[in-house]
Amino acid sequence: MTMPVLMAFSEWRWLKTGKQVYLDITKAWSKGVAIFFAVGAVSGTVLSFELGLLWPEFMKHAGAIIGMPFSWEGTAFFIEAIALGVFLYGWNRLNKWVHWLSGVLVSISGILSGIFVVSANAWMNSPAGFDWINGKAANIDPVKAMFNDAWLSQAIHMVLAAFVSTAFAVAGVHAFLLLKNRNRLFHQQAVRAALIFGSVAALLQPISGDFSAKDVAKRQPAKLAALEALYKTSKPADLVIGGLPNDSEQRVNYAIHIPKGLSFLAKGDLNAEVQGLDKIPKEDWPPVMITHISFQLMVMIGFFLAFVSLLYMVFTIKWRHVLMKKWWLTVIAFTTPLGFIAVEAGWTVTETGRQPWIIYGIMRTKDAVSSMPGLRYSFFVVTIVYLLLSLIIIWLMRRQINTIDEFYPTAKTV
Amino acid sequence: MLILIIIILGVSFILYTLLGGADFGAGIVETFAGKREERTISKAMAPVWEANHVWLILAVVILFTGFPSVYASLSWVLHIPLMMVLLGIIMRGTAFTFRHYDVHQGRSHQYYSFLFRVSSFITPVFLGMILGAMILGRISLDRSEGFYNLFIAPWLNWFCFTMGVFTSCLFAYLASVFLVGETNIERERMKYAKFSKLSMIFTMILGLLVFIMAEAGGHSLTRTFLHTTPSIIMLVIAALLCPLIWHFLNKEKNKTIYLRVGTGIQVSAILMGWFYIQFPVLIEVKNAGELTFYNTQAPAATLEQLLIALVIGLLLVIPGFVFLFRVFKIKTK
Repeated sequence: MTMPVLMAFSEWRWLKTGKQVYLDITKAWSKGVAIFFAVGAVSGTVLSFELGLLWPEFMKHAGAIIGMPFSWEGTAFFIEAIALGVFLYGWNRLNKWVHWLSGVLVSISGILSGIFVVSANAWMNSPAGFDWINGKAANIDPVKAMFNDAWLSQAIHMVLAAFVSTAFAVAGVHAFLLLKNRNRLFHQQAVRAALIFGSVAALLQPISGDFSAKDVAKRQPAKLAALEALYKTSKPADLVIGGLPNDSEQRVNYAIHIPKGLSFLAKGDLNAEVQGLDKIPKEDWPPVMITHISFQLMVMIGFFLAFVSLLYMVFTIKWRHVLMKKWWLTVIAFTTPLGFIAVEAGWTVTETGRQPWIIYGIMRTKDAVSSMPGLRYSFFVVTIVYLLLSLIIIWLMRRQINTIDEFYPTAKTV
Repeated sequence: MLILIIIILGVSFILYTLLGGADFGAGIVETFAGKREERTISKAMAPVWEANHVWLILAVVILFTGFPSVYASLSWVLHIPLMMVLLGIIMRGTAFTFRHYDVHQGRSHQYYSFLFRVSSFITPVFLGMILGAMILGRISLDRSEGFYNLFIAPWLNWFCFTMGVFTSCLFAYLASVFLVGETNIERERMKYAKFSKLSMIFTMILGLLVFIMAEAGGHSLTRTFLHTTPSIIMLVIAALLCPLIWHFLNKEKNKTIYLRVGTGIQVSAILMGWFYIQFPVLIEVKNAGELTFYNTQAPAATLEQLLIALVIGLLLVIPGFVFLFRVFKIKTK
């Protein structure tokens, strides 16, 4: 969802200024987008089938409840595919502004389709819009299900995360190329365009994170306790940073404690009580270690990127010359993979943190999984295929990036 | 309300067969063609292939929202062929895009082409097998049956296999006819016309075989088809269009639009004839009641929201689709 926004932004700059460099950037990016979108499109098909292939019991009950966000997502995705076709292949066939509009449409429908999918996931964390009677859903209200309590905080968090991760990855790659030759206007402008979006999103993300954490504290105390590795209900509760949770001793080793920190962050009150894992039956515990570590990783990266963004804004306003310094470009290049790592860690937090439930408090994951024997083999096959695909994409992207100079005059030294 | 949703499901099924089918078929045709054809095919497919395949996602979403237990049962019992379809879809889409966008021309292109062609043929075979399994009635939802009876026997049999090959052939036919209009070079056009005729003959033979296999497999498909007047009419329409299409394929001058509309009607007619005898059954279940639209439908509140989403969605999507196809008729400035 971020790349189309960046492309549309760059094309808009070109339409306004008429400078070749913006057009070149748009076209170079659009090639990458085409590759990613193709993989995304086939994965979308895969996803719609995998829901049933892996979780038939879940879909049997949940299909009628959360089908609605999926049908909207389908629509948004459809429009995205059509608009992207127009955008990628409509150069020189359309009025320039109509072409640009198709890019805007790709952006909007991309963001919307992301929000719809997240809303379906949010429902698993915060089931709503039905009554669970004797192992069956009754009185289904799909609208209530879609706009469940968690959808807004999760949707905002994910949209921002998409912007942070993609924008920093783009900026990072171009910064890396600038390190090789700093006089290239093409890469300078590309870094700038990406960081405008990336830095704003990265600074907003901690606020959205706080909003999400308070939400989780309210609705999923087990998840909060696991991601903070809070074994004992405390009043006030310390904020635990880092460390290795130990389930059998019920303590976190090697961690930094900030007194009253968690009470404040989770409840907005320094002396509030925060529920620990001791209040939760052992069979309902999520895996504490994975949840805690993933959470720490996500937060650490989030704050680091927010800090870099703050520096970026200060430098842009006061000390522009720093932006082309070697050390600064190295920092930006270093951020390339960070956002994606944080996104994956965040999904790990929300998914493992909900365990052992697939629908929180309603259905356990082990009851939802397909009962076909040998299911693991299909898991292995899909995993291997996607690992291979990732490798091929990285290799292809490298090939694309290495040939930028040949295709775009502005990518050469000016 | 239910009927409207079923109609939209049927329409997306037909559109997926036509558009997605032509897209799969292009990969099959490419296997038997040369370098120049490969370029034409890539050029014709690149802007539209992703959108063409969204019809399948739409159909799946309608199925799991509107008829969740059908979706759940299918994906449980037909896990293996569905997995094959997914692998095919992944390979095909990515190989095609990588080929189109990889800046280096070289050995990697041969690999992409190979994967693209193989998966273009295999994926429709499995799609056809899945469809065959749904109507054949060997699907069992009784968990006490063994692995083979539950997960293999419903789809691995001669009837389903014939359905699969028939589907591939039909797709190749759709693609050949479509491609006739995609080139300005007479020699290339003739080649596609030849492919069209060949695949038309093969499709007819295989269609006949499907009926024979159904009979041999103890399924009443053939008899029901022959005893249902609307279905016979549809079959006759499809058959009568064959000589007409043949005639237009022989014409030197381009009659693209007649060809495309003709084949479109042909395929839709066959599908509608089949829908007619199939309705309202979605899955025939062994030793138990069949799963129909009626006994699996989601609660009214869900269907209502689904219908709203579908209608608004289609109102947005269809003009978009028309626009997309028209844009590529515009000559580049």
